[in-house]
Amino acid sequence: MGKTMFEKIWENHIVHEEAGSPTLLYIDLHLVHEVTSPQAFEGLRLTGRKVRRPDLTVATMDHNVPTTDRSLPVADPISRRQMEALSENCKEFGVTLYDINSRRQGIVHVIGPELGLTQPGMTIVCGDSHTSTHGAFGTLAFGIGTSEVEHVLATQCVPQTRPKTMEIRVNGKLGLGVTAKDVILAIIGKIGTAGATGYVVEYTGEVIRSLSMEGRMTICNMSIEAGARAGLIAPDETTFEYVKGRNFAPKGEDWEAAVREWRKLPSDADAVFDTLVELDGSAIAPHVSWGTSPGMVVPINGEVPGPDDFESEADKKAAVRALEYMGLTPHTRLADVPLDTVFIGSCTNGRIEDLRAAASILRGRKVKDNLRAMVVPGSGLVKMQAEKEGLDVIFKESGFEWREAGCSMCLGMNPDILQPEERCASTSNRNFEGRQGKGGRTHLVSPQMAAAAAIVGHLVDIREWEVE
Amino acid sequence: MEKFETLTGIAAPLDRPNVDTDQIIPKQFLKRIERTGFGKFLFYDWKYEDDGKTLNPEFELNSPQYSGATILVAGKNFGCGSSREHAPWALLDYGFRVIIAPSYADIFFNNCFQNGILPIVLPEDTVSTLLSKAKAQGYKLTVDLVNQTITDSEGLSIPFNVDPFRRNSLLKGLDDIGLSLQYEDEITAYESRRPSWKTGAAGGTAVA
Repeated sequence: MGKTMFEKIWENHIVHEEAGSPTLLYIDLHLVHEVTSPQAFEGLRLTGRKVRRPDLTVATMDHNVPTTDRSLPVADPISRRQMEALSENCKEFGVTLYDINSRRQGIVHVIGPELGLTQPGMTIVCGDSHTSTHGAFGTLAFGIGTSEVEHVLATQCVPQTRPKTMEIRVNGKLGLGVTAKDVILAIIGKIGTAGATGYVVEYTGEVIRSLSMEGRMTICNMSIEAGARAGLIAPDETTFEYVKGRNFAPKGEDWEAAVREWRKLPSDADAVFDTLVELDGSAIAPHVSWGTSPGMVVPINGEVPGPDDFESEADKKAAVRALEYMGLTPHTRLADVPLDTVFIGSCTNGRIEDLRAAASILRGRKVKDNLRAMVVPGSGLVKMQAEKEGLDVIFKESGFEWREAGCSMCLGMNPDILQPEERCASTSNRNFEGRQGKGGRTHLVSPQMAAAAAIVGHLVDIREWEVE
Repeated sequence: MEKFETLTGIAAPLDRPNVDTDQIIPKQFLKRIERTGFGKFLFYDWKYEDDGKTLNPEFELNSPQYSGATILVAGKNFGCGSSREHAPWALLDYGFRVIIAPSYADIFFNNCFQNGILPIVLPEDTVSTLLSKAKAQGYKLTVDLVNQTITDSEGLSIPFNVDPFRRNSLLKGLDDIGLSLQYEDEITAYESRRPSWKTGAAGGTAVA
């Protein structure tokens, strides 16, 4: 019997295994940010341990950083202290850091791929659940807690229990105006927020193969929202084309040797997954979340459901609570819901293609009066590229704020937050209660849908927009 | 890590599914660089009214009968969302050593064990029973990890499963890093086999 890609990567990284214990896996790349690392570095100091492989460790600042003028000091003293702690720790332990003044600074899951640090066949960890993003390269990448961050710093290994495997096959072709974001929201809507708990998911099928690397990253990014340990997409020419020539990618003969290895990674034709889920890509409409969990999604042309649309008592109760929090009544058409704010950015949709897609909708148009619209590039390099292409001018002329790179309003750890009852169309990944600010109401959408919503002031079906 | 063998304590019910780590510990409290002191921020947005000071009388855990509770009985998919270990730190600092739920998100589940918290998985109907019982004043459970049972003073006795490796680590309070470092020779041997082109941050120009 053949092997799945997951099995191949897993077996390539086994340092030690024995019955009854988790397997000790080697980690090729450890990404670090300011929020989940200070206690890990402190743990090293307390035990007199070193960072085993500073050369395989890269740090940046993203969660806390202000997205306003970088020449000004960071106003929040506690945020500033956390950033300073990362600088001090990286200096003490010899770890490469792209700090707030580096043009390479950005959201950790945006900079890994764009710098060529993320490569097929690797194991990558980070103290952040959206580490699953890197799976788009055929990389086993998953989020860990701070104790495990300390573990990887000290040993370059992490003990793991072997997960099960799930294939999610998206057949057919996507309709016009339907994006990778809509595909992953439709998948989560179908299998639920715990649908893939205990599994590593491999996304396959014609739709996935036809996506760009950035679209694939959007898909893998939200694997965690379906509960998956990780998401994977087999590397192909699209992948190699993306990685080639990037700063940390192998060069010359090393590149040839690496590609030879990477071509062996895709799952064998006779490999067997523990579970298979299939979707018809041509039937996927643009999706939007209506509730307070990423599984609470509907097609944009659909209605907000009511508690009676759910089977279990727990789900009915959760729906009542979500409707109340979101200030929505059952059977409202989502296209009728007025908005206060639009946020474009995050590790889900803050890359250059996302900004291009949004700008293509905004060109020559104005943001609705009294609506706050903000675009936060995923990294300093994304921002520079966008400015080179003149996208910043399009955003600014339409009425969007053009910000510096960071996580920003995806989780509102910096000053970019929603006020209570403020309603936001957001290209981010989580619509939890209070995620974007206490009492704030989040509707997850694609960049195109966010841009169109900013112009008309309410959620809108992008497919109708294009024929207008 | 503190050992865990057996514990008798008040059980507090939190009867809602998909409680995410943003609810367990909201982001504004993740800026601290210490591991301790997170308990007072546990379930902050539910615990307090909008002013951030007045206790919300609607929130279950604010009821005086659950003061000092050490066991949390919760809904399915508990701890979903962010990987923040601040969530188990806050639960532990508040006083919880055991969580009982029908299911958990993976990363949160792992993070609990790293901090001496025992997350127990039980069937949904058993959890429903415990949620109802926990509504009674002063309802206590005894969680025995040695014998893998949950009992109460009314004759209830529920067996539970836990991964044997995790169980052993909790019973002995073992340090995971120390365990891995026993395989130092194997780690070094693995490193010598890695392809030379896997150079990480050393493979490009470091110019910022």
